Amino acid sequence: MANDTLTQPALTAKDFATDQEVRWCPGCGDYSILAQTQKVMPSLGIPKENIVIISGIGCSSRFPYYMNTYGMHSIHGRATAVASGLKAARPELSVWVVTGDGDSLSIGGNHTIHLLRRNFDINIMLFNNQIYGLTKGQYSPTSEEQKVTKSTPFGSIDHPFNPLALALGADASFIARTMDRDPKHLQEMLIRSNKHKGASFTEIYQNCNIFNDGAFEIFTEKSSKPLETIFLEQGKPLVFGAQQNKGIKLDGFKPVVVDLDNGSSKDDLWIHDERDFYKAQILTRLFDNPANEGHMPRPFGVFYETERACYEDVMRLQIEDVIATKGNGNLDKLLRGNETWTIQ
Amino acid sequence: MVRKEEILQDVVIKFAGDSGDGMQLTGSQFTNNTAMLGIDLATFPDFPAEIRAPQGTLPGVSGFQLRFSSDRVFTPGDACDILVAMNAAALKTNLISLKKGGKIIANTDGFDGKNLRLANYPEGENPLENNSLDNYEVTKIDVTKLTREALKEFTLGTKEKDRAKNMFVLGFLYWMYNRGMENTIQFLRDKFGKKDEILNSNIKALQAGYNYGDTTETFTTRYTVEKAKMQPGVYRSIMGNQAVAYGLIAASQKSGLPLFLGTYPITPASDILHELSRHKSFGVKTFQAEDEIAAITSAIGAAYGGNLGVTTTSGPGMALKAEAMGLAMMLEIPLLICNIQRGGPSTGLPTKTEQSDLLQAYYGRNGECPMPVVSASTPSDCFEAVYEAVRIAVQHMTPVIFLSDGYIANGAEPWKFPAAADLAPISVSFKKGLDEGETVLKPYQRDEKLVRPWAIPGTPGLEHRIGGLEKQDITGNVSYDPANHEHMVKTRQAKVDKIADYIPEQKLDSGPAKGKILVLGWGSTYGAIKSATAALQAEGYAVSHAHLRYVRPFPKNLGTILKSFDHVLIPEINNGQLIKIIRDVYLVDAKGYNKIMGVPITKTELVLKLREMLGGAN
Ligand code: SF4
Repeated sequence: MANDTLTQPALTAKDFATDQEVRWCPGCGDYSILAQTQKVMPSLGIPKENIVIISGIGCSSRFPYYMNTYGMHSIHGRATAVASGLKAARPELSVWVVTGDGDSLSIGGNHTIHLLRRNFDINIMLFNNQIYGLTKGQYSPTSEEQKVTKSTPFGSIDHPFNPLALALGADASFIARTMDRDPKHLQEMLIRSNKHKGASFTEIYQNCNIFNDGAFEIFTEKSSKPLETIFLEQGKPLVFGAQQNKGIKLDGFKPVVVDLDNGSSKDDLWIHDERDFYKAQILTRLFDNPANEGHMPRPFGVFYETERACYEDVMRLQIEDVIATKGNGNLDKLLRGNETWTIQ
Repeated sequence: MVRKEEILQDVVIKFAGDSGDGMQLTGSQFTNNTAMLGIDLATFPDFPAEIRAPQGTLPGVSGFQLRFSSDRVFTPGDACDILVAMNAAALKTNLISLKKGGKIIANTDGFDGKNLRLANYPEGENPLENNSLDNYEVTKIDVTKLTREALKEFTLGTKEKDRAKNMFVLGFLYWMYNRGMENTIQFLRDKFGKKDEILNSNIKALQAGYNYGDTTETFTTRYTVEKAKMQPGVYRSIMGNQAVAYGLIAASQKSGLPLFLGTYPITPASDILHELSRHKSFGVKTFQAEDEIAAITSAIGAAYGGNLGVTTTSGPGMALKAEAMGLAMMLEIPLLICNIQRGGPSTGLPTKTEQSDLLQAYYGRNGECPMPVVSASTPSDCFEAVYEAVRIAVQHMTPVIFLSDGYIANGAEPWKFPAAADLAPISVSFKKGLDEGETVLKPYQRDEKLVRPWAIPGTPGLEHRIGGLEKQDITGNVSYDPANHEHMVKTRQAKVDKIADYIPEQKLDSGPAKGKILVLGWGSTYGAIKSATAALQAEGYAVSHAHLRYVRPFPKNLGTILKSFDHVLIPEINNGQLIKIIRDVYLVDAKGYNKIMGVPITKTELVLKLREMLGGAN
């Protein structure tokens, strides 16, 4: 792959745009995600023809039409399954799944968890806007309890999914969270997710300004962001706040917020380690409703990464092993079988 | 003692016992032994509805019917000459299919108080002891006792010893039909290899059964069935699902497309997965997906990537795949969907056969969604039919539905297998790059067959997007234009219709080109129709038989054939499905003959129906 990029002129973000008019609502968070993806793609060193973006159904799933790569806008919930088959068949391709909270956690929940446990080397970009946009405003499996939507005029009685905890529960080998309103962080997470060998699950908070405007405002607005978010960095203590004067330490298994200006030392803080599965489990549980008193800040960044064999590689190896011991299949031998008889 | 040797022409045996009695194995061993002698045959395994039904009960009975003959045979037989009943339940469920005067070989140990009770015989009644079987020739053997006796030297537990009962019975039948036992001994060696005790006890039980026949004076006659007059050549025995798997591998090899199977286990299709998963040396990728939908959509992903994408299932799975089939049709990519039909609707009769998914195959999707349908008529025909289905899929860039059913999937017959070199080539070409003057790929630009190019990821310059939304003609861009939609719907239909130009014309299987009755069939009714029409033809009636492989589109001359007969009879194992389509397409007043009992239509039933239609007139 690297050779190809050497001999060809370097690609730019423009090379990844298509002539199709982008049809998202003005102001939709999807625009930023598209722009960051187009910016990041040229830096990945992957020939354009080897990139395939598979989506399901929903606003986010229009994404492939706007990316000048190979792409398939498949059916609701099944992008992960289509991508699994493609990756199994063609391991050399760089396969991306673009999906939404309804697409991958409701109708397609099953395929999502199975892709993760099998650990196909596929990058899943989950645009979480906590609402059904394309069908015009019903609550989604990530909508908060009591949410009033078109389908829940008296408030939703559904308990929402915690997508990263779910992914980790399915043994995802890479989980991360980012947001549409932080282009730099978003780009960084896309680069990391691509770099990860194995299934990567990146949850992207995406504002649907038409049906769920401001769902993540508390994490994205300048005024509240410092206190409500915590950006994870490998090997660094968990600090947050406008003056970086707050931190999280572990009291046994329980994360607690401490004030660095008030007697607590940075040395006591929780040091982020992406390789620590147990800590990652606790991190995914920092998922309080920001409306509740004493809530924890919401983490962003790479929560967890580990190396585990990829399905498509093991599948190929198994075939190579069989061929190495038994030789290439011989059709005549197969058709003849072990027992034949001759009629004169 | 003087022993009689009798030559028989045609024998139907049914092996029946508890599902733990190993009757399928016994049946298939006897089948292979028969096949190797060049005797023609057909088999019909009859699985219990429940895998773990309580031992000794009626639902726990497993049967294997084998017909063998020195004449050509096309069905496993309507009624049996011999019933091997390992227990009371087996006798009770199968007596109905035994000819009057037929032989019963009964394992007396399976008729003790407990077994009789479990088989719902009235208290104190034992069919082997009262006179209820006077119309049959009953041979009582205490197989359990004799097997234990034969194995008394072995250190195995009683339970293990009793497992060899079926070998005793098999040995006895080998004696009765004058057979050698080498194939079974070899089979046992392969199966039990290093487990000496088990291997030797099985061989011992087999020999004990044989010797029992030889030394016991009650058995005075041995039977021989001679070689059938079959086309010269080399034969093997093949089961329907096995033939599907081989057909797929052959198509993969001949087209050069790697085979990817995305599937989810379901009765009676799972054996295709089992078989294909054994053949990794052909580069076959088998993916046991999390559900039926992932099974087909993963195959779509693989096909999009340039593999031969296949999914296998049965009726309930078909229902779940419907939306994804629509996607494949919109994407216009090759895909093979194999439906091994079973009794429906819903979970229906998983282990019983039916042809009731034809209308589902034709119409069972949202929107105008035409897809070619190819069906197999016998176990070995599965090979050619599935091969053809692949050819149509890859050469016409379309999903294709292949229909088989439980009857032929599990049935076996002799197969004069082809040489790989003689298989018709399947030429496929991917689009390699932009043509002269092209600046972007036009994914829905069509050739004279109305087929679009197969442009797979990894090809520089052909980056493009496709999806399930309606697309503009030629460019493939999303389009909501009303006129374009109508044009695309009609074009997709025309593309499928056009396949008729690329398939063979319909032939009559037998009978005159014009006449009184045409019996039109599809799928597993082949054997019964062939046998029934042959019987009437032999009596001089102008009855002909045509059997469809290409069910959509129909061969171009089918209308002409239909109109050359006074009457058209369409026998189906359903409530009348092909008949609806035939009436719709050709406006002929076809009559149906329908049986919906989970079992095949018999020759006798069809002969009766045809006689009724003929009204005695010649
Ligand atoms: S409905 Fe919401 S998510 Fe969909 S395009 Fe509009 S703003 Fe974006």
